[in-house]
Amino acid sequence: MTSPPESLSASSAEQETFRAYCRAWLSDNRPPPPPVRLPQHPIETMTHAQLDYLQAWQKRCYDAGLVGTDYPVEYGGRGHKGFQRIANEEMNRARTPFLVNMVGLGMAAPTIYHHASEELKRELLPPLLSGEQIWCQGFSEPGSGSDLASVQASLAPDPSSPGDYLLNGHKVWTSLAHFAQWMILLVRTSRDHKYKGLSYYVVPTQGHPGVTVRPLIKMTGETGFNEVIFEDAPVKDAWRLGATGEGWSVAMTTLLHERGAGPLVTPAGGVGSEGLAHNVRGLIALAHEQRRNGRPAAEDPHVRARIAALAIRERAMVEGGKRARCGALVDHPMRLPLQGKLASTELAQDLAAAALEIEGPAASLYLSDERAPVGGQWALAYMNSFGMTIAAGTSEIQRNILGERVLGLPKSA
Amino acid sequence: MSQPNFGFDDDCALFRDSARKFLGTHAGLDGLRRATALDPQPARMPTAWPSEDAWQAAHQLGFVAAAVPEAHGGLRLPRAALVALAEELGKHAFPSATESTLMVALLARRALATHPDSVAAATLFTRLGEGARATLAVCNADGDWEHASSVQHTLSGKQRTLRGSAHFVQDAGQSEWFLVRSEGPSGVELMLIPGSASGLRRQRDGIVDLTREQGTLHFDGVVVAASEVLEGGDALLAASMPDVWLLLAADMVGASEWLLQTTVEYAKVRTQFDKAIGSFQGVKHPLVNAMMAIDRAKSLVYAAADALDRGAEDALLLAHMAKAAAAEAAAFTSNRAVQLHGGIGFTWESDVHFFFKRNKHSELLFGDAAYHQARVAGLLLDA
Repeated sequence: MTSPPESLSASSAEQETFRAYCRAWLSDNRPPPPPVRLPQHPIETMTHAQLDYLQAWQKRCYDAGLVGTDYPVEYGGRGHKGFQRIANEEMNRARTPFLVNMVGLGMAAPTIYHHASEELKRELLPPLLSGEQIWCQGFSEPGSGSDLASVQASLAPDPSSPGDYLLNGHKVWTSLAHFAQWMILLVRTSRDHKYKGLSYYVVPTQGHPGVTVRPLIKMTGETGFNEVIFEDAPVKDAWRLGATGEGWSVAMTTLLHERGAGPLVTPAGGVGSEGLAHNVRGLIALAHEQRRNGRPAAEDPHVRARIAALAIRERAMVEGGKRARCGALVDHPMRLPLQGKLASTELAQDLAAAALEIEGPAASLYLSDERAPVGGQWALAYMNSFGMTIAAGTSEIQRNILGERVLGLPKSA
Repeated sequence: MSQPNFGFDDDCALFRDSARKFLGTHAGLDGLRRATALDPQPARMPTAWPSEDAWQAAHQLGFVAAAVPEAHGGLRLPRAALVALAEELGKHAFPSATESTLMVALLARRALATHPDSVAAATLFTRLGEGARATLAVCNADGDWEHASSVQHTLSGKQRTLRGSAHFVQDAGQSEWFLVRSEGPSGVELMLIPGSASGLRRQRDGIVDLTREQGTLHFDGVVVAASEVLEGGDALLAASMPDVWLLLAADMVGASEWLLQTTVEYAKVRTQFDKAIGSFQGVKHPLVNAMMAIDRAKSLVYAAADALDRGAEDALLLAHMAKAAAAEAAAFTSNRAVQLHGGIGFTWESDVHFFFKRNKHSELLFGDAAYHQARVAGLLLDA
């Protein structure tokens, strides 16, 4: 891996100037209200109306230098150091809409940056960062979940194009595939070795021959993720990232960034559907609105204890993020970064579960019922939270990774 | 805005390095084992170790001076340095009056902020500079420092006469000075009383924790001069409690980290079913949960230390969060450390029990997890 751009951080004066710029721009350029209800999370984008609105917003943020700012200029960035984190903080603060090309920004871009050929980087990164080309991820398969290295989708030589391949296989849980132009793909190129038999490609999806995208319906009733079936889909060898047989180690770059523990800070910030503060603040507001045992839920001892415990976890995560940048106050450099995904997704799940308990029987009312508290958003959030504790390495796999890589415990069978 | 590194600057790092070096020489579990191995009776006296020399060496290194204002001969380091020291003391289960003395020093420092001419505070800092130990004697028999005091005084002129008892006094046997909370016609007052005062009797408690020392103070007509009354009363005590909680929380972070790492090492070498037990997820996952609980507590401890230094609005909230999170981390980690060590973890022979007991002591002192969680709820929901 080449050294990360933000390992050289800009002076604090430059950073503060940039922060002031971001704050002013976001205040002056707030987008009009969305024409439709936005999803709670970028990967739950279902409709073209949602997509068009969010894509236009990402493009404006990109043009303003708030997205991909730490990437080199020749790849569509601004060549800054340590600015992305600031832009993210300001987008979160401004509560503007989130960046829709999340798989591209968080997973494909850092992998392309670290492993792709010069031509691919120059071709793919600018429209990815601007959001003009949407990306999806082709890792999981029906038989390959936590045991990701067992993927079976495979490449065979393309008789009509020497040196190139035909792809056959079945990828699942593919968020945004119904909109995506490109996919990052983990594929088997040899059956002789489990790990060394894997290679990593980028492949076109929408309109590409031999590619079928079918929506999968989630337990929430929403669409937004898909299965993708490849039947003799042509794949150029020029689309390979890293050497043939090195796909697993390239995939580690993707996964590290997906879990928020990679060297490149992912451009991300802003909020989704209005009306739901999916945090302790939102829970406190709910506890003041709802009643339980004849008095405000905020006075109920059980509710109070539960909210306090969640508030402690939420604040500890924020302070842990700061401590992760204090070399003198961490024992192992990956100890806090590798906890991020697990801690945040389990907290989100427990927040939503607590909200349903505070709502009581009214939590039975869903999106379709106008009497539902907070529009039924907490019920949706609770169900959606499992997407996060299962995707990107289940919580169980995260605990294995932390146990093995940070604590040094022997591998689980 | 919080400071970079929570205020843990180069001076703090040097201070922690010297503390680590000191503990490398004076701590070590051999001493604890020697002091306890042959005589496993709960009420034995651990004060034979560490030696008076160790206290004096710690004093020379500025363990206490780190909290004392420069105008009174101290070093006044950021609080991040003090919690880092407490973390190291916990990690070594080091028997020492350091934390008790720091609690009193920080309280006196706070008194000086509003009463710069305080005679009681100045006298205390002089004594601390000479190497004296001091401790809080503020709890009643319920372990409560906020409600009725179990020490009462009468007033004759400016002179107070104390009767009653103070409970759960840490390092009561070795401390030269006590910060006593007493209730009387002049209200609730804090007094700095020498251990040699006439009418003061110390009774050693028989305690579970082998690495600490605790006692009950009995006051039978102890006479206190006006100059020994520390200005500020109950409000000063309440304002100073966050420091008390943070030092205990940091100690638990350190002790829990020792338990975690020791249990991890054991899980790497102990084999059953022809495998290292650490490869089993039933062992591995609880250890990861313990690590995450410790990290939550540690992040909150340093954030709270920084917030207190800056006088930030949410300093009290963060301090309650830190003690609650540390107590939960300590309880869970201690519990799993014994369980995952199996039979050997249940014995006097294993070192695990030193840290298990120290953690339980810290968890319950000055408000347990439930107490602090309730305060967090109050601050968030009743504002």
